[in-house]
Amino acid sequence: MLDIVLRSLWVSGTATALATAWGLPLALLLGLREFRGRRVVLNLFHTLLGLPTVTLGLLLYLLLSSRGPLGPLHLLYTPAAMMLGQALLVTPILVSLLADALRAVDPALRDLARTLGASERQASLAALGEARRGAALAVVASFNRAVSELGVAMMLGGNIHGYTRVMTTAIALETARGEILLSLQLAAVLLLIVFTLSLVAGRLGGR
Amino acid sequence: MLELRRVVRRYGGVEALRGVSLRVRRGETLSIIGPNGSGKTTLLRVMALLDPPDGGEVICGVERGKVTMVFQQPAFFNTTVYRNLAYGLRLRGRPEGEVRKEVRRALSLVGMRGCEERRAGELSGGEKQRVSLARALALRPELLLLDEPTSNLDPRSTRLIEGVIEEVREECTVVLATSHPFQAARLSDRVVCLFEGKVLAQGTPREIVERPKGRIRKFVRGEW
Repeated sequence: MLDIVLRSLWVSGTATALATAWGLPLALLLGLREFRGRRVVLNLFHTLLGLPTVTLGLLLYLLLSSRGPLGPLHLLYTPAAMMLGQALLVTPILVSLLADALRAVDPALRDLARTLGASERQASLAALGEARRGAALAVVASFNRAVSELGVAMMLGGNIHGYTRVMTTAIALETARGEILLSLQLAAVLLLIVFTLSLVAGRLGGR
Repeated sequence: MLELRRVVRRYGGVEALRGVSLRVRRGETLSIIGPNGSGKTTLLRVMALLDPPDGGEVICGVERGKVTMVFQQPAFFNTTVYRNLAYGLRLRGRPEGEVRKEVRRALSLVGMRGCEERRAGELSGGEKQRVSLARALALRPELLLLDEPTSNLDPRSTRLIEGVIEEVREECTVVLATSHPFQAARLSDRVVCLFEGKVLAQGTPREIVERPKGRIRKFVRGEW
């Protein structure tokens, strides 16, 4: 069971890191800059919050399958495919929550940072620091979504024992097999992880 | 030190500055007076290089890091007074020992020594204004821009802030935007009168405030 839990943390942690890497600049852009079409892009991300995981899983499956355009990469049924899928799944959560948190920061603070000698980049980082509670929430909510989802993990990982089996796919499998006790234990661990992370993020962000 | 040539600045469709030309000389204290909405804040923001002009030019003979501005509504990072004051110094890569020394010096100047560990958001209005001024002074600016630094303050806090301005004008160039002509007269070497985004007159406090003419006279007497 430990092996499954650690793999879940590794896959979803990497997916969240990937989503943060490409989502953070986008959130800074949408949260702190004014440009034509900003609202449309932000609304698009808000809409994608409700993207069904199986729909994304199916689209990526078609892309990554041996006949698909990315087939030669041989990513299907690997942890890398699951990471990619989960990262794409949680990107709208990360971008939406972070951009909203940044927009809630008093614009006068960026002006203040600039008058104290900050460059545009440093002023944006200062705004990000002010939005730390929202930023922590965005990252944790993204991780929690990644670690709890089933569709992408099942369709792109294939639930291969000792290789791509994670907590959610294991719970689905063990329940189908009638191993309810093991399913419940895994579900409890999953809930504990999600709950603990939310608590830690709340504390860190509140400082 | 700083020169504005026919500066125009628009917000939306409104022209907040309409061809403003003026010069700030090194070492002087220049006051910008005018009624609310005359463009004083906009002018200071352009001088602070926060907002680029839509027309005309700003010739600044000071390094960007040597110009600081104190806002009418002081904004603070959600942390302690110390960290707020240390921010600009740390950006400049000053060693921590020097940061501590400068923060203490600046807080002493405004009579707020000992409040380093208080949360900035929990200060009173007058304290906020003083700490905001200290934050600018900690950077030892060459050009200090003050936007209505005593608006909404009680007479005691106003007197304190004015005392600090009196002290710092010996060390740096000060541009003070104020709606109070007599405060401008008390604190400055030269006064520029701004009306509806245009410079109406400029001269000594005596010329502008004590012997005002026309529309300026109405403004000074509170009849505007």
